[in-house]
Amino acid sequence: MWRTARFRANVAPMRDKVYPDFDAAVADIPDGASIMLAGFAGPGTARNLIAALHRQGAKGLTLISNTPGRWQDDRIDCGVLVKDGRVAKIHAAFTASPHPSVPSPFTDLYEAGKIEAELMPQGTLAERIRAAGAGIAAFYTPTGVGTEIADGKETRVFNGREYVLETALPADYAFVRARRADRIGNLQYHRTQRNFGPVMARAAKTTIVEVDEPVVEEGSIDPDHVHTPGLFVDRIVVVPPDGIQEEPPER
Amino acid sequence: MTEHPHPNPLPAGEGARQPLDRQTMANRLAMEFLDGWVVNLGIGIPTLCSNFVHPDRHVVFQSENGLVNYGPLAERGEEDPNLVNAGGQYVVEMAGMAILDHADSFALIRAGYVDVTVLGAYEVAANGDFANWKVAGAKGGGIGGAMDLAVGAKNVFLALEHTTRDGKPRLVERCALPVTAVGVVKLVATNLGLFEVTEQGFLLTEIAPGYTPDDVQAVTGAQLNVSPDLREFRRR
Repeated sequence: MWRTARFRANVAPMRDKVYPDFDAAVADIPDGASIMLAGFAGPGTARNLIAALHRQGAKGLTLISNTPGRWQDDRIDCGVLVKDGRVAKIHAAFTASPHPSVPSPFTDLYEAGKIEAELMPQGTLAERIRAAGAGIAAFYTPTGVGTEIADGKETRVFNGREYVLETALPADYAFVRARRADRIGNLQYHRTQRNFGPVMARAAKTTIVEVDEPVVEEGSIDPDHVHTPGLFVDRIVVVPPDGIQEEPPER
Repeated sequence: MTEHPHPNPLPAGEGARQPLDRQTMANRLAMEFLDGWVVNLGIGIPTLCSNFVHPDRHVVFQSENGLVNYGPLAERGEEDPNLVNAGGQYVVEMAGMAILDHADSFALIRAGYVDVTVLGAYEVAANGDFANWKVAGAKGGGIGGAMDLAVGAKNVFLALEHTTRDGKPRLVERCALPVTAVGVVKLVATNLGLFEVTEQGFLLTEIAPGYTPDDVQAVTGAQLNVSPDLREFRRR
């Protein structure tokens, strides 16, 4: 175990960010909030926080998410918020199902004009979120040049290559899932659970994390092994044994 | 990418014409991977490239969700619920595997650390443009990582059926669908042959058994140039 005990005696205890349950952690989220949802094809999706927000009832939400919800199975993700009309707008890398024979709840609403969406390349989505958490207002990317994605956007040539200007994409909240946290929010992710977690945790005003394992004391995670420092994390909830686990779907 | 039933673009005469199956198409593109290449595979036919093992070349598989050096598909029961590839398939760890966050993963992709990406497509044009994110008449689309891969990878290979289910050519003079990237495609494998994209347009270099260049031209929406070294589609 990593300990820095000699510096502990003279400082006030650090704020404990652990919340008792998911409902308490999302209770103050108002109608119209913008929320980043981490996760890629399952891993990293804060399914328990999404379920709690669904129970809480906030509506008119703006979501920032790789996809507008899964369709392969009935596991909880942002599709449940979309389906029940809680979402006004979504920023995503998909506005159509990759499997057209199995449409997502989003598809019908979008085609009917009942929900707004901004579609962008996945790397542009990730970098816009990164920029928001890095103090960068905008950046030039080669991705999308010569396509519909660049329509109406400023372009500029650097060293003979054309780039398109994209702006930072911040949010009020981020929902992230990690493997473990200490009491002050230092996080470790497991394998591809990491995906959007680190950039979203930095880009949101309030970052709420659900973790697979019981919270450990600060000092238990070696500082060299922290993936997301606790100063980017505001609230932590431990997924209980009867909570929603990340599991392979029935095949 | 949508997966269509395997179409046979031309009637099989005397049983001689044999369109290529998907694994054969994927294998042919995988033969082009050089030792040490970083390889990114799209969903569908491209994923099958990972089944081709070159006897004396090692390649590094990279996945847009932050994986470098991942292994084959996991057997049922041995899945790690938090270890998937870009298609959401469970894969196994390999010695030397590394994990990046999403922004770093796409930094790697845009900055040219990927040697080749193999993608599916609805259309590819003689000028190297291709379209794979939006179908005709749809309001929504699915870009995913394709636009970043298409501009960032050093080589863009495509694997697609030669025609649509309705028999319309997918190899065309200019894309009618919204493009994914401009002028990036180098090599195309279809169920009828292998095509290089050159300054002069498509160059047919290898052809499916029993087909003539005229047969292939008849179901192609662009002028085909035929290599003087045209040969039957290589299987190894």
